[in-house]
Amino acid sequence: MLTEILLVARKDLRVERRAKIALGQVAPLALLILMVFAFALDANTSLLERGAGGLYWLAVLYGGTLLIQRSFDVETDDGNMDALRMSAIGMPSLFLGKALALFVQITVLQLILGPGILLLYNVGVVDWALLFAAAIAGTLAFSVCGVLWGVMSAGLRVRATLLPLLLVPVLAPVLLAGSRAFETALGVRAGAGWTWAGLMFVIAAVHTALGLGAFGFLLEEG
Amino acid sequence: MSAVVEFERAISVVGSFPVLTGLDLRVDQGEILHVRGENGAGKTSLLRACAGLVSVSSGNASVLGFDMRVDRRAPRRYIGLLGHENNLYRDLGVREHIEFRAASVGARASDTAAALEQVGFPQQLWTVPIGSLSAGQRRKVAIASLLVGRPQLWLLDEPHAALDTESRKNLDAILTEASTSGATIIFVSHESPGTKDIASRVVTMDGGRITEDPGAD
Repeated sequence: MLTEILLVARKDLRVERRAKIALGQVAPLALLILMVFAFALDANTSLLERGAGGLYWLAVLYGGTLLIQRSFDVETDDGNMDALRMSAIGMPSLFLGKALALFVQITVLQLILGPGILLLYNVGVVDWALLFAAAIAGTLAFSVCGVLWGVMSAGLRVRATLLPLLLVPVLAPVLLAGSRAFETALGVRAGAGWTWAGLMFVIAAVHTALGLGAFGFLLEEG
Repeated sequence: MSAVVEFERAISVVGSFPVLTGLDLRVDQGEILHVRGENGAGKTSLLRACAGLVSVSSGNASVLGFDMRVDRRAPRRYIGLLGHENNLYRDLGVREHIEFRAASVGARASDTAAALEQVGFPQQLWTVPIGSLSAGQRRKVAIASLLVGRPQLWLLDEPHAALDTESRKNLDAILTEASTSGATIIFVSHESPGTKDIASRVVTMDGGRITEDPGAD
């Protein structure tokens, strides 16, 4: 199973490395979003500091949605979805492989956005462990939710607009939890940052279980 | 000869549209079956039903000994399907793509070179991204992707499309060789030069069923 997961993830990452969509378009766009907020709220530094966590996760949500969309665009392009259905790769492996590739891409996105908020929003980190834990938990949740909802909309003609519509409400709790955990890690709000990070792990675990069970059916019927 | 594909009064409905309407067809091992028919006759649906991508809701359907009404995924690992589309990742290199396809059907990636040579794909293009190839070259990569998996049942939808005369002859030779080795081939195609010669049987479809079959009882 591990071989199959790595096979799928490696393929997705190779496609992305060649297409350069993630690094060449999505990451700069997400960074631009952070910059636009920095310009828009420039006069109110304290508001920018307090909102840094939320604005960061909004940028991740936007960039992540584009990456999820892209992950399934390459499958629907030229009938590749049929080839996946015909392959001998197990459906759980396919689900986890695509989630792993998304995890890597969203992590790279965050490695670019992270220094962005430190520089643009004038915030410092008071709890690095919480910051990393929240980033990993949020990325996990984004990845597994993205694959589950991505395959659901993949077979539809209106997927370009439908996927964000489906995904944003599902990811709203992750956005909220990520923002709260980051606020604690950045020292702008005292609170239960680790509880929020834990909540994101729970959301990721629930969607992983759902994905392992339902991905095959959704791919088949999509 | 054992039956590789056996459909009896098979009915398939996609959405609310019946695509197979009581289809009867038996294809034996080693046969090369050419399915003809007008646009919308159900030829592509027949291939997709054989691959288990379209479910059979009524009648009997068996492919490679698997009952398609019980588990339509079961025979897929032994089937090579080439549809209208080529099923190619345009950002991958030619060799990378075929190695992925080989691994995804449990075949050996080391057979990639042999498959590309067999379809007559020039070696200097093996590392080129698929998106920059011509339509004919992409078709050859798609055929090589099937070849590397050594399928027992080949399902081909207009396989000669976009190929030049020499490449068509080469494809016919590949299919004939596969058939001689025991594989079964079903291809759907409008009348086209070169395709009639290799078929061991030609059937005609219309309205989701076989209307002419010289092999029928």
